[in-house]
Amino acid sequence: MTKPNTANRFQQVVLPHLNAAYNLARWLCRNDHNAEDIVQEASLRAFRFFDGFHGEDARAWFLAIVRNAAYTWLQQNRGHEQSVPFDEELHSLQASATVTVLSPPDSNPEAILARDDDRGLVNRALEMLPAEFREVLVLRELEDLSYKEISSVAGIPMGTVMSRLARARRLLGECLKGIDNGIRNGMQRDQEPAAGPRR
Amino acid sequence: MECKETRNLLPAHADRELGLREAIEIDRHMQNCSGCRGEFARQRALREAVKKHATYFAAPGHLERRILSALPHEAPQPKRRGKSTWPWGWLNAGAVLASAFALVWSISLYLAVPSADDLLAQEVVSSHVRSLMASNIADVASSDQHTVKPWFSGKLDFSPRVSDFTAQGFPLVGGRLDYLDRRPVAALVYRHRQHVINMYCWPSSAEREAGVQTQSRQGFHLVRWAKNGMVHWAISDLNPHELMTLVQMLRTGEGHPAA
Repeated sequence: MTKPNTANRFQQVVLPHLNAAYNLARWLCRNDHNAEDIVQEASLRAFRFFDGFHGEDARAWFLAIVRNAAYTWLQQNRGHEQSVPFDEELHSLQASATVTVLSPPDSNPEAILARDDDRGLVNRALEMLPAEFREVLVLRELEDLSYKEISSVAGIPMGTVMSRLARARRLLGECLKGIDNGIRNGMQRDQEPAAGPRR
Repeated sequence: MECKETRNLLPAHADRELGLREAIEIDRHMQNCSGCRGEFARQRALREAVKKHATYFAAPGHLERRILSALPHEAPQPKRRGKSTWPWGWLNAGAVLASAFALVWSISLYLAVPSADDLLAQEVVSSHVRSLMASNIADVASSDQHTVKPWFSGKLDFSPRVSDFTAQGFPLVGGRLDYLDRRPVAALVYRHRQHVINMYCWPSSAEREAGVQTQSRQGFHLVRWAKNGMVHWAISDLNPHELMTLVQMLRTGEGHPAA
C-alpha cells in the first residue's frame, strides 16, 4: 500500500503537537498523572474526528480538543478536589484585581522579577490564576499562539482574547506581589509590609 | 491618540498584534506620556517573566507510545477488492443472507426501541448533567420559597409547590426553567453537602397519582412519583437513602408549601 493509513497520518499531523497538548493540559489540571490521561483521552477523541479535519492549523484544532477534555475533567473533579479553595482564590483575586484598577501601580512587578529566584515565583503565581486566565497566558507566552489561534482554541472572540490576556497579566502581577510580600513578611518580621518588594 | 484609547490597545501592542498604523500612533503617544510608557514596560516585563520563568511541561516520552497503542487498530474503511475475483454464484447467497440479516436487524431494532419512560429518564439525566455543567444552576437563586415560587408565575402554565428544607439539611438553592417531556417544566434545585439535587415537576393528565419508583442511570439515582396530577422526578448523585429522605419530605412536607 502506498497511501499511509489514518493512524500514520494522525501520527504525522497531530502528534507533533503532543508537547503543546501536554503543556496545556498540565497547566489546566496542575498534575502530571491527570494531564497524561487528559491528553490521551483528547487524542482518542481527535482520532475519531480526524477524518473531518481538513483545516490548516492542526495545532489549534488539537489544542481545542485538549482544552475541552481538560475542562470536562475539571468539571468532573471539581466536587471532591478543589472546589472550595479554588473559589476562594478566585474571589480574592477578583477583589484584588479591582484594587489594582483603582490604585496606581505603585510597586512594580519588574523589580520582583529582576531577581533570580523567579522560576518558582512565576509558576506559583500562574497556578493561582483561575483556569480561564491561566490558559490564555500559557497559550500566548509558552506556545506563542497568535490572538487568532487563541480565539479558535478557547472559542472566544479576538477582542475577548485581548481583554482576557490584559486581565490575566494584571492578576498575575497582583499574585506575584502577593506571594512576594508573603515571603518577605515571613523572612523579616520587623520590616513593614508596605515597604513592598523593592530592595 | 488619548491615554484611554492607548491603554485599551496596550496589551495588543505588547503582543505585537496591532496593525502598523495603530502601532505607530501608540508609539508616538508614548513618547510624550510617561504613564502609558510605564504601563507598557510593566506589561512587557510580565510577558518576559512568564516566557522566561514559567515551566514548559513537555510530554513524557512514553505518552506518544501509549496513545498510539490505544488507537483503534482496524482500518477505518475496508478497501474494495477487485470484483472479478468474486465468483458470481456467491451474489445470490449474499443477497439472501443480506435480506435475512436486514429482517433480523429490523426486528431487533423494533425490540430495542426504548420505552417512553426510558426516554424520559434519559432526558432527566441529560438535563441534570447539563445543569451541573452550566455556571449558574439556578435562574432564580434563593433559598426563600417566597422568592422562588412567584418567579415561576408567568413563565409556566402551572404553579409548582416550593418548600425549603434547610433545617433538615437540604437547603433550597433556587429554581430554573427546563424542558422535559416536550413541555416547559419547573426545576427546583436543592443541595445536600456537596451534592446537587434537581427536582423536576410538571402537570400530567396521563398519570395523576403514582407511587415512588426508583432507578439508577450512569451513576445517578432517579426517583419519580406523581401526586395531585403533578409528575415529579428527583435526580442526584447523592446516595439513594438520603435522596429518599428528601423525596419523603417533598411528598409529605407539602403540607407547608409556600403560599
